[in-house]
Amino acid sequence: MEALSSLIHGFGVLADPMNIVYMFVGIFLGVLIGVLPGLGGANGVAILLPLTFSMSPVSAIIMLSSIYWGALFGGAITSILFNIPGEPWSVATTFDGYPMAQKGRAGEALATAFTGSFFGAFVATLLLTFLAPLIARFALQFGPAEFFSVYLLTFCSFVGMGKESPFKVIAAMMLGFALAAVGLDTVTGQLRMTFGSTELLRGFDFLVAVIGLFGVGEILLTMEEGLAFKGKSAKINMRVVIQTWKELPQYWLTAMRSAIVGCWMGITPGGATPASFMSYGLAKRFSRNGAKFGTGEVEGVLAPETAAHAAGTSALLPMLTLGIPGSPTAAVLLGGLLIWGLQPGPLLFVEQKDFVWGLIASIYLGNVAGLIVVLTTVPLFAAILRIPFSIIAPIILVICAVGAYTVHNALLDISVMLVFGVIGYVFKKLGYPLAPLVLALVLGDMAESSFRQAMLVSQGNVGIFWSNPLVATIVTLALLMLFWPILSTLWGKVGRRPAAGVSPGQ
Amino acid sequence: MTPHPEQGEHTVSNRAMELVVSGLFIVASVLVMYDNWRIGARWMEDGPQAGYFPFYIGLIMLVASTVTFATNLAATAGGSASFVDRSQLKQVLQVLVPTIIFVILIGFIGIYFAAAIFIAFFMSWLGKYPFYTIAPVAIAVPLFLFFMFEIWFLVPLPKGPVETALGY
Repeated sequence: MEALSSLIHGFGVLADPMNIVYMFVGIFLGVLIGVLPGLGGANGVAILLPLTFSMSPVSAIIMLSSIYWGALFGGAITSILFNIPGEPWSVATTFDGYPMAQKGRAGEALATAFTGSFFGAFVATLLLTFLAPLIARFALQFGPAEFFSVYLLTFCSFVGMGKESPFKVIAAMMLGFALAAVGLDTVTGQLRMTFGSTELLRGFDFLVAVIGLFGVGEILLTMEEGLAFKGKSAKINMRVVIQTWKELPQYWLTAMRSAIVGCWMGITPGGATPASFMSYGLAKRFSRNGAKFGTGEVEGVLAPETAAHAAGTSALLPMLTLGIPGSPTAAVLLGGLLIWGLQPGPLLFVEQKDFVWGLIASIYLGNVAGLIVVLTTVPLFAAILRIPFSIIAPIILVICAVGAYTVHNALLDISVMLVFGVIGYVFKKLGYPLAPLVLALVLGDMAESSFRQAMLVSQGNVGIFWSNPLVATIVTLALLMLFWPILSTLWGKVGRRPAAGVSPGQ
Repeated sequence: MTPHPEQGEHTVSNRAMELVVSGLFIVASVLVMYDNWRIGARWMEDGPQAGYFPFYIGLIMLVASTVTFATNLAATAGGSASFVDRSQLKQVLQVLVPTIIFVILIGFIGIYFAAAIFIAFFMSWLGKYPFYTIAPVAIAVPLFLFFMFEIWFLVPLPKGPVETALGY
């Protein structure tokens, strides 16, 4: 198998002991970020990105992706012990995780969550190892029209799969595109939407936006809840872990189902959060103990954690093969690739073998390392969580300000971050989704240039998007996604009619 | 500010906030469309002009936010719930206002001293901590940042007159 030999080559890249050190540092920072409110995978990676500019790209991506794995693990700790989801994708973990902790089964819940996370990530990494090279080879034949159609599918999926009002999804997404267009147009060299300001020449950097939207916005939201954290203490030792591991195999079906849901939602940009909710819902429906969900069921912890981690990991698949990230954190990692001078997309697998396979190999090791780190350090992180919010909050805000400044060494960016923070707070409260905004901000330029190239080829004829079966399928699928909210309502009406005895059949 | 003083906790209704935000979206999309039309959003001999793509982005945003605006305008029931409770708003502002002052301070005295003042103020005002708890945190955090950025990673952060006097 070609993928296997490439993978072994990738493990060879990891033989550099510094890379292993970076991996553990990344995991540790990641868990810390995942545990602290206001710091999550996306903005944590965004803040630390400037520090990696001096490293080699392989070491840098290993450290940053390890932060991502750490954050995925860390979210479970706060959900279970404090009933506060450290990350949006661990909201579903609180449903059964916190009741378990209240009953004194915190150790069991944590061990289940970590094992589930590990399993989900492992399945997704296997998928990544064997599917990514195939997709990349396939995508090598893509022209601008094909790329634009994939971008279109990505963005339309947000409309079709989002729980929010489709119009709000579209509005937030378009705001991202509009902000991405501010500044110098790379094709014609014209200035767009700068309104005579030299500061706007640079445009809006999505890293600053991410730090503001997810970091400052989250702190403001947390403040609403008040300052007190009341948590359960965690006793986790080898005995509890082994006990849990003995019990878990009986839930293999739930774990498999959740991993598949997670992989699917990660590759299509549904993301980890809907994946965790969906697999919690599925587990509840199919489990024998479904009625007891919400009172502290092991399966209720296993399902969302497995799905969230599978989604978080598989979000890297479209990012590496097509240059389209499946989640905001993957988007930030993609921004990192661009800064290091690596063009994400199918060519990456041809031109940067060391980088790609080093990264994929590091995901295997990173998750093993992550499992070890979280199982051994839970008491430490639980203690960090007991530090009152009035100490943690100003420190996080200072770190956010530092992170926003270091992106371009621009003072104005700190103010921009603050404005994005307020926007993030208001958007969250009104149900405007942030993920499409961030993804549009990251992909705006690339989507635009592929659109313009496609239009140049066809001399302005939109028919190019139906010119061959591949592009036609993707575009049609995208439009189906876009109109899914309308279609599903119509479907519901049609489906109800036979029940009323009006018309049989479809 | 409060239209229903008798409700105490009421600030702005959710519906009003929805209208304001979608209204701002409409303003933003008109601005986007105006500026891109100005630089040219049509077809030239050599392909689309610079404003072509963003103009349509603005147009889609206009349509989507107009629908949101209209549906909220039409919905009279259920939207009167408070966007944010008065006590919640107070807590949010307690964080937001000092943060704004902190950001302004960075420009004048550098990030390290601004951070020390910000942390100390925050801890004493919201946390009501005694001096001996505040001092170590307020000094250690900026000092750690200083070593991490200026010395280990060689990333310069904004500095003020004090650092300049010390030779940095």
